[in-house]
Amino acid sequence: MLTKTEHNDLLQTARTIRHLMIETTIKAGGAHLGGGLSMIDILVALYFKHMNVDPSDPDNPNRDRFVLSKGHAAIGYIPTLAERGFFDKKLLNSFNKFKSPFGMHPDSLKITGCDASTGSLGHGLPIALGMALGARIQKKNFRTFCIVGDGELHEGSNWEAAMTAAHYKVNNLTVFVDRNMHMIDGKVEDVMKLEPLADKWKAFGWVVLEINGHDFHEIDAAIELARNTKDKPTVIISKTIKGKGVNFMEDKTQWHYGAIDSEMAEKAHASIDEIYYE
Amino acid sequence: MSKEVTGTTWNVYDANKLTQAEIYGQVLCELGESNPEIVGLTADLAKSTKIGLFQEKFPDRFVNVGIAEQNMFGIAAGMAKTGLLPFVSTMAAFASMRAAEQVRTDICYQNLNVKIIATHGGVSFASAGTTHHATEDVAIMRSFANMTVIVPADGIETAKAVRAAVNHQGPVYIRIGRGFEPLYYKNEDYDFKIGKAIEIRDGSDITIIAMGIAVLQAAEAADFLAKNDGLSVRVINLHTVKPIDKEAILKAVTETRRILTVEEHNVTGGLGTSVADVIAESGKGCAFSKVGLQDEFAEIGYPEDLYAHYKLDASGIIEKVREIMGKDFEEDENWEDEV
Repeated sequence: MLTKTEHNDLLQTARTIRHLMIETTIKAGGAHLGGGLSMIDILVALYFKHMNVDPSDPDNPNRDRFVLSKGHAAIGYIPTLAERGFFDKKLLNSFNKFKSPFGMHPDSLKITGCDASTGSLGHGLPIALGMALGARIQKKNFRTFCIVGDGELHEGSNWEAAMTAAHYKVNNLTVFVDRNMHMIDGKVEDVMKLEPLADKWKAFGWVVLEINGHDFHEIDAAIELARNTKDKPTVIISKTIKGKGVNFMEDKTQWHYGAIDSEMAEKAHASIDEIYYE
Repeated sequence: MSKEVTGTTWNVYDANKLTQAEIYGQVLCELGESNPEIVGLTADLAKSTKIGLFQEKFPDRFVNVGIAEQNMFGIAAGMAKTGLLPFVSTMAAFASMRAAEQVRTDICYQNLNVKIIATHGGVSFASAGTTHHATEDVAIMRSFANMTVIVPADGIETAKAVRAAVNHQGPVYIRIGRGFEPLYYKNEDYDFKIGKAIEIRDGSDITIIAMGIAVLQAAEAADFLAKNDGLSVRVINLHTVKPIDKEAILKAVTETRRILTVEEHNVTGGLGTSVADVIAESGKGCAFSKVGLQDEFAEIGYPEDLYAHYKLDASGIIEKVREIMGKDFEEDENWEDEV
């Protein structure tokens, strides 16, 4: 259970990072803001409350691991790592530019604190599963977290990994589905139906939790529950809003990827400051 | 008759009784003792690839993912990220094609310490047909940055390659056959270095550059041609296709002026192409020909029939050498009168 102070701190951090995302997008020329904004509250809960990571010792072999399977949401992930202190925020100015460590998708060899290079969809969950098995084989206690997109679940490799994780009772793996309901070509359910999504994961042998992915109390409670599951991996299907926090982007397919000008940025910043969390 | 293999420091297996894959399985078990970070993965091919020997010995360090190769290579990447040293074994067709993107993006792009033992390479799974052949894998794997590509001549050399791979930082693709191929080497008592070709026969008229099963065939062809045609045939075992040993190739070009490459692979993109690249970039002229599958999918048949059909056996190689020697290629500086 989050204290009031903890809750307020997480809210404030998420606001700060959303502002940072808008500033970075202007410098980058464009970004996947929709899917970056939808998962940012989950990411903040992980990096600022739950994950055992230390920016001054980023390669500690016992640290918790995180895999952003929906690598295109790097516009949310990379500023989060900066805000957490893994590197200087000023570096974000180079985003997308020649020889920058930061591009549209994260490169683990170039970004301090980034555990996996991702971007090709359907790759993150098997990698995260490998990390979780790696912990078990080496008798280490670290946990592995992974965020997958909902559209991404069309990729069959996710279900291969889902089967394997349940078969080997990998309970140190927690997966979030960023269920924002949109993909490039439209609504996920129109392009390729995923529902009944919770039943699919249950049938694959996972503990399934369904939460509001913008409510820090629910995110926090779900992570705690996952921590205490025995013999099963946990998936947290997180209902989110694509573009959450920027009113003119919310629930709009076209903000999967986009560029913003200074006028839009001003409106975006104003909107972020008005976010009211329930 | 079996005889003991006397390696430099050990004497674990009887190479004449074991298949190529079994030797690999045993060597991996041996390495597993002293390297606790080694883990094994397979996709329902523990028995066929002989990595099952490792599974029996180290059940807690082994994962069978079922028939799911993409997942397997992703898992291997994740394991390597935590400091483990995964050996992943499946058929070459599935390692290089079904899971090509995972190998490239999850493993090579992140330069991870994952070792791939790809069995049933080339047309070694002969009568299984094209679905289970891999005549493209070397071309695919060598195009991935950071990847090292090794095609051992036989089971003994597979053992050498596996040992070398353990000490090599970064991804390695070791391509072997089905396991029943005859041996070229008698024991492990020779120098094997990743990236360093081995001249197994010296010669001055022509050089055969071979990988995998073709090494033994090329050696036999060279002996035959020396005896019957009076030819001095150099044979190079180019076990590492990438990084390629430019020095050995250019030395052969200068000293023999005729090069024949032999590969159990499509001649597009594999060993022959790799050698041709080196020659072309050097600006040195020489007669050059490639034996292998001529941009075609293979027939069905027993392995020996296929090797004969694609001229990968000693007879085929002899025929190709005679063809090149019959060509009007002069070892002078006049380029106008060459064929």
